[in-house]
Amino acid sequence: MAEPSALPPGLAPRLVAFCEELRGEGVAVGTAEIMDAFEALDAVPWAVAEDFREALAATVTKSQEDRRVFDLLFDRFFFRAAEAEAVRRDIREERRYEGGERLDLDELRDAIRQAIAAGNDGEMRDAARLAIAAFGRRGEGSGVVGVDVQRIRRTLGLTTSNRERRDGEPRLEREDVQAFERHLRRELERALVERTRKLPPSRPLVELDRALPTSPSQDLAAVHRAVAQLKRRLATLGHEQRGRRRGAVVDVRRTMRASLETGGVPLRLKHRPKRPRRPEIYVLCDVSTSVTSASVFFLSVLHALHDSFRKLRSFVFIERISEVTEVFEHERDFRAISEKISREGGVADVSGYTDYGRVWLEFFEEIAEDLGPRSTVIVLGDARTNGREPHPEVFARLSERAGRTFWLNPEPRLYWNYGDSVMAAYERHCTATFECWTTQHLEDFVNVIAGGARVPE
Amino acid sequence: MSITSPESVADVKHSLGRVGYLADEPAALVSFLAQRLGKPVLVEGPAGVGKTELAKAISRASGRELIRLQCYEGLDEAKALYEWNYRKQLLRIQSDAREGWEGVHDEIFAEEFLLSRPLLKAIASTEPVVLLIDEIDKTDQEFEAMLLEVLSDFQISIPELGVIEAVTHPVVVLTSNNSRELTEALKRRCLYLWLDYPEVEREMEIVRLHAPELDERLARRLVEVIHMVRQLDLKKPPSIAESIDWARALLLLGADELDAEVLERTMSIIVKHRSDIALVAERVGVRLGEPSVPSPQSSGA
Repeated sequence: MAEPSALPPGLAPRLVAFCEELRGEGVAVGTAEIMDAFEALDAVPWAVAEDFREALAATVTKSQEDRRVFDLLFDRFFFRAAEAEAVRRDIREERRYEGGERLDLDELRDAIRQAIAAGNDGEMRDAARLAIAAFGRRGEGSGVVGVDVQRIRRTLGLTTSNRERRDGEPRLEREDVQAFERHLRRELERALVERTRKLPPSRPLVELDRALPTSPSQDLAAVHRAVAQLKRRLATLGHEQRGRRRGAVVDVRRTMRASLETGGVPLRLKHRPKRPRRPEIYVLCDVSTSVTSASVFFLSVLHALHDSFRKLRSFVFIERISEVTEVFEHERDFRAISEKISREGGVADVSGYTDYGRVWLEFFEEIAEDLGPRSTVIVLGDARTNGREPHPEVFARLSERAGRTFWLNPEPRLYWNYGDSVMAAYERHCTATFECWTTQHLEDFVNVIAGGARVPE
Repeated sequence: MSITSPESVADVKHSLGRVGYLADEPAALVSFLAQRLGKPVLVEGPAGVGKTELAKAISRASGRELIRLQCYEGLDEAKALYEWNYRKQLLRIQSDAREGWEGVHDEIFAEEFLLSRPLLKAIASTEPVVLLIDEIDKTDQEFEAMLLEVLSDFQISIPELGVIEAVTHPVVVLTSNNSRELTEALKRRCLYLWLDYPEVEREMEIVRLHAPELDERLARRLVEVIHMVRQLDLKKPPSIAESIDWARALLLLGADELDAEVLERTMSIIVKHRSDIALVAERVGVRLGEPSVPSPQSSGA
């Protein structure tokens, strides 16, 4: 058991407050974890920033997702704690970075690029201060942190693309530039706190901070990471259902066979293995403009599903519907798939607005015969009909024929049935509907279709 | 080799390095904490980043014996904890039929008739050990629940014998490929470590540690290619072990340049699926024709 006195007196309540904040963001930090953290901090030199952080992370976070929230909060919390203390005790950093006034823009740019390319935290922080000092002098600060960060970044030409790179300059990695932006933001906030003599109100991490990176310009790699994880889960889902389970059926033949070992006394019961459900899946994916941001993500989900379910047929639709199963089977690269779909799909007719009614009619005509009790239909779309006839009765017939019908809506449940969304008309005929705009939503859903969790029927 | 508790994180890092495992800062720190606090470590990460290797390295570095429990579907107590050797018990009963039930029934539940499985072995061992519970995510939840007693109190209750407590505190390492969510109860008892593919620099060091004769320039090139390959959407991205194998293969072949042709000939060492091979040949093979390899970021997702 750790002696709390081994840590400096101010630290313990602060750590507890930090854990409290983590709990507020949904990380399950129990008392046991906090005690572990104290014990761990007792064993490492807690004055070393990295050791402190890692020791804390190893004890209070228990998954990669937790770790991500931890990293987001850690910086913010201890930064705020330090600033609050500084304001309380009226400590000001009088000496701003000194070199700022003398440098001209080109030198500054070079210095900063060097610092970023080197990737050293301390140097980057100095560079950020230098940049802020230089821009403050030129009277270009807007007072709004976000705006200033972008302005400074643009003026310095800090991009990862090769176009603006001059000869001999080191290449910048995106992560490094982002790290530099973080420093800029931090330093600007610090300056703001000093100017206004109070802390800006603390903002909880909104759900959107953790939402799926859906817009194409955003980090596709993050989508891929989410999907890769999904693939692994899908690959093993259903397997955990096998093995020894209560309520399994006794396999008489194998039990008798095994009893030979023990002189005919059936000491060991052998059970019949449970076969996982192998559903036939039909996925219908809306690729119209109203769901552009989500459809990138949806397509990559389709991609993942294709790797895991052999009997999967996929369709995309806007005004018409078209089958794209083959495209997914022959092409592994995600970008090529989306290009091919937009080129050959032939789903947009005239207006480019989704026409759900017509899509159901077409789908029903082509596919209804193949649907049976073993089939699962999954619709990915926002149910926004653009004022056209939604034909819920056709959808109802579809879902009657299919064993299960699921609807994934990329909009938060709050927005359903507002405007031209007719979700309610379809929801009635679905086995279950899901909002799907974070990876967690997606995982919940995958658990359901793979037979992990039960759906209320 | 004597067993000592490490003094500092740097100590652990150094001793792991000495036995051929280059740990990064978090890994070293968690291994240090595991030995100091005696808490189990849960290591997660993609396949082939050295999760199992970490446990082996701790065992080598600290001079503790390694006891390994490989998990699989349907693994049960009988194979993980202990089992009564009922054949021997039967023989014992038959061999001395005149003796009454009273005399026999105490005797047949003695340690003599107990078959220790890895968990019991680790707990009962008089020498300090490292217990590796590999791929814990492959078992079912009931098994996890059973582990809780072992992991938090380091003891095992056997109804007929009573509680067996650990004499020496084992270092426990659990690995998981994250193929299913582990229970909260299990996670709460563990320190958590996420291992990912290493950065170029560190992987370079690892490759050069295991294939020291490899030219530095070639090693860098090799690691950069591996990183490019990992960026692709493959069924199975190459692991660290495969980079090392590849480095050794290049040495054997006497290759002094890693170009498209060499890649094509040796690609089967790093990618193991037919469709993956085609993809790598198409995406990476072409790039190798260029004079300098662009950094992995630009190969894009």
